Amino acid sequence: MTARTTGADVAATARATSGAADRDTRSAAPARRSASGGGRRLSSGARKRLEIAFFTAPALVLLALFVVVPVLQAVRYSVFDWNGLGPLDDFVGLDNYARALRDTVFTGAVVNNFIIIALSILIQLPLGLAIALLLNREIRGRAFLRVVIFMPYVLAEVVAGVVWVLLLQPNGLVDAVVEGVGLGGLTQLWLGDPEIALGTVMVVLTWKYLGLAVLLFLAGLQGVPEDVYEAAQLDGASWWQVQRRITIPLLGPTIRTWGFLSMIGSLQLFDMVWILTGGGPANSTVTMAIYLVDQGTNRGLYGYASAVAVLLFAISLVLAVLYQYLVLRRDNEGAPAARKVTR
Amino acid sequence: MLAALSTVNDDKDTPPMARNRALTAVAILAAASALTACGGSDSGGGDSDSDGTLTWWHNSNSDPGKAYYEQVAADFEEANPGTTIEISALAHEDMLTRLDAAFQTGDTPDVYMERGGGELADHVEAGLTMDLSEPAADTIEELGGSVNGWQVDGATYALPFSVGVVGFWYNTDLFAQAGITEPPATMEDLDAAVQALKDAGIQPISVGAGDKWPAAHYWYYTALRECGQDVLEDAVTSLDFSDPCFVTAGEDLEGLIATEPFNEGFLATPAQEGPASASGLLATEQVAMELAGHWEPGVMQGLTEGGEGLGEKTGWFPFPSVEGGQGDPDAALGGGDAWACAADAPPVCVDFVQYLLSDEVQQGFAERDMGLPTNPAANDSVSDPALADLIAYRDSAPYVQLYFDTAFGENVGGAMNDEIALLFAGQATPQDVVDATQAAAGNA
Repeated sequence: MTARTTGADVAATARATSGAADRDTRSAAPARRSASGGGRRLSSGARKRLEIAFFTAPALVLLALFVVVPVLQAVRYSVFDWNGLGPLDDFVGLDNYARALRDTVFTGAVVNNFIIIALSILIQLPLGLAIALLLNREIRGRAFLRVVIFMPYVLAEVVAGVVWVLLLQPNGLVDAVVEGVGLGGLTQLWLGDPEIALGTVMVVLTWKYLGLAVLLFLAGLQGVPEDVYEAAQLDGASWWQVQRRITIPLLGPTIRTWGFLSMIGSLQLFDMVWILTGGGPANSTVTMAIYLVDQGTNRGLYGYASAVAVLLFAISLVLAVLYQYLVLRRDNEGAPAARKVTR
Repeated sequence: MLAALSTVNDDKDTPPMARNRALTAVAILAAASALTACGGSDSGGGDSDSDGTLTWWHNSNSDPGKAYYEQVAADFEEANPGTTIEISALAHEDMLTRLDAAFQTGDTPDVYMERGGGELADHVEAGLTMDLSEPAADTIEELGGSVNGWQVDGATYALPFSVGVVGFWYNTDLFAQAGITEPPATMEDLDAAVQALKDAGIQPISVGAGDKWPAAHYWYYTALRECGQDVLEDAVTSLDFSDPCFVTAGEDLEGLIATEPFNEGFLATPAQEGPASASGLLATEQVAMELAGHWEPGVMQGLTEGGEGLGEKTGWFPFPSVEGGQGDPDAALGGGDAWACAADAPPVCVDFVQYLLSDEVQQGFAERDMGLPTNPAANDSVSDPALADLIAYRDSAPYVQLYFDTAFGENVGGAMNDEIALLFAGQATPQDVVDATQAAAGNA
């Protein structure tokens, strides 16, 4: 299956691997010292290389076997008309790609993915920030509120999805609550109406992933030095001014990292939507990953689905690289950014 | 990537590069072989293919079916010394997933289930399935027309052991409440019944359009009523749907949808999972009827607390006729399961699948209500009265058309189902359904 081998996976794994390499380099340092002290025949450089190779090889082999090879396979399958059975003998060139780009269901899925990216960030960023700032103050029941906010994120997607399906079904609990507060006219076919199903899905996604944003922002807030606050207070800044001029700017790197995770998650969104709507009704909530699984696994169009997978890979890769280049670059360059904003 | 890693940390006292590279390579090899050594031991346990062992996958994973098939296998082993049968009783969805994987690797079980149609044709084309026409000729003769769905280019590749038909299951109580005395026989009757039920405050029909195929069954049936048998037979092989009867079929269905007979939120309703599914709504008396296959009473039993389903209130009537249709009003839509042998199975496999279709085994199968037997000798053994009625209808039908999605294969059938679901949502026209199917067939 090619469903999961998308660009972000590769990027993430590549990062993980190079991270591992860094660590190995560091841990190799003491060993080198002892080697040069002893009467070993290997020079310290060779020994270090040997260690690096030995420790990274398993990860590299796994990466190659389960990420690089499948991605290359997908590229190969994508230029054939192939139903998963028998040999690859019907070469069709780029036809599969052309077909995907002409298919309104696929282009609709791309649009849906971008809507989900935009709404995720537009809704969860202000909401998550507000909650994180609130929970960062000394208020009663803070620990409890943190657990409540973070709980949905810990729940398995499938479990949470099934619960929501039950809540949202016609005459389900959500309808009962809406009627109970005297708004009977506002009950909807929450998942059954093509006009509002995507909105319902967005609400559930926000509920599910807001906890992660809050958690990251809270962690980021711990990194804001206390003395900056004290200085601001001495200067007579109000609570609001402190948040706007100090906290949020200093939280910048955390927010930008969260934005990256949120974007990649939205691009690859599959499980929650699969459980809630399966992409329906009338394709109104279909995402690229859902389209891909539907065409590949359900239709047996493995060649075509591979082309879709490659397109999803390409879109993810371009967005990830652009984000890294345009947004995260400042953070990667290091400290100056932080100095600038405190001025 | 490897090269990059080994040049990253150049040291002052580096020995010659070549030696370095070699060392790196050796280390990687060592680590890699350590890795593969762990994974290597459990492969290769599959086909030992000594000619006496048959692997058999089936989906009767609960009793009485499971125990019955164990008994059947034991009896066969006893009658054929030297043969052992390894049974895997799998949950239905599990079995389908594992079969898909098995087909892709070419390592199929010796005896397995085929649903016929385009799916089977794909397996035949890939050389995975044994041609049974010659070795099982007697049994094929006995089964008669039932085997049609499992033939490719005149050759028979599997022996159907259960074939059911689709029709309306209804709640006799709710029909009586709405003052409907006779089950609808024509589309006009159905429209009138829908109106009568609505007037009585009852939701008329549930349909699991969220799963698409239950909605598609409506279109299949209107096509069956509008199109002659020759047109349909032609379409199944040529995948040409240019005959105007296919558009008319969609228009008939549009007419029915326009009367708004379906349960609230039907576009997202699943077919069979949970009390809010189409089957659940019928089982819990939320709606009066549902178009479904022979599995419906069993599904409803699973969805009610007492395991009763609709019990005594269960009624059944065939899909109504349409005025001016070219199709036979008694033709039935249906499908079923058949036993097939893998192309590389030992010859004893054919004996075993024939044994599975024997009078004796099929009678036991029928007595346990495991399905609708295809061997006529077992017809009288069916104990459930609703299923017995269905068999009578099936056997009196001039022909049983295999579900179109199965017949056309998952690609064309899937495209067709998707577009029919859009028709239910009011986002596709009857012409769109034909066009989408045609387009998918062009790409098949």
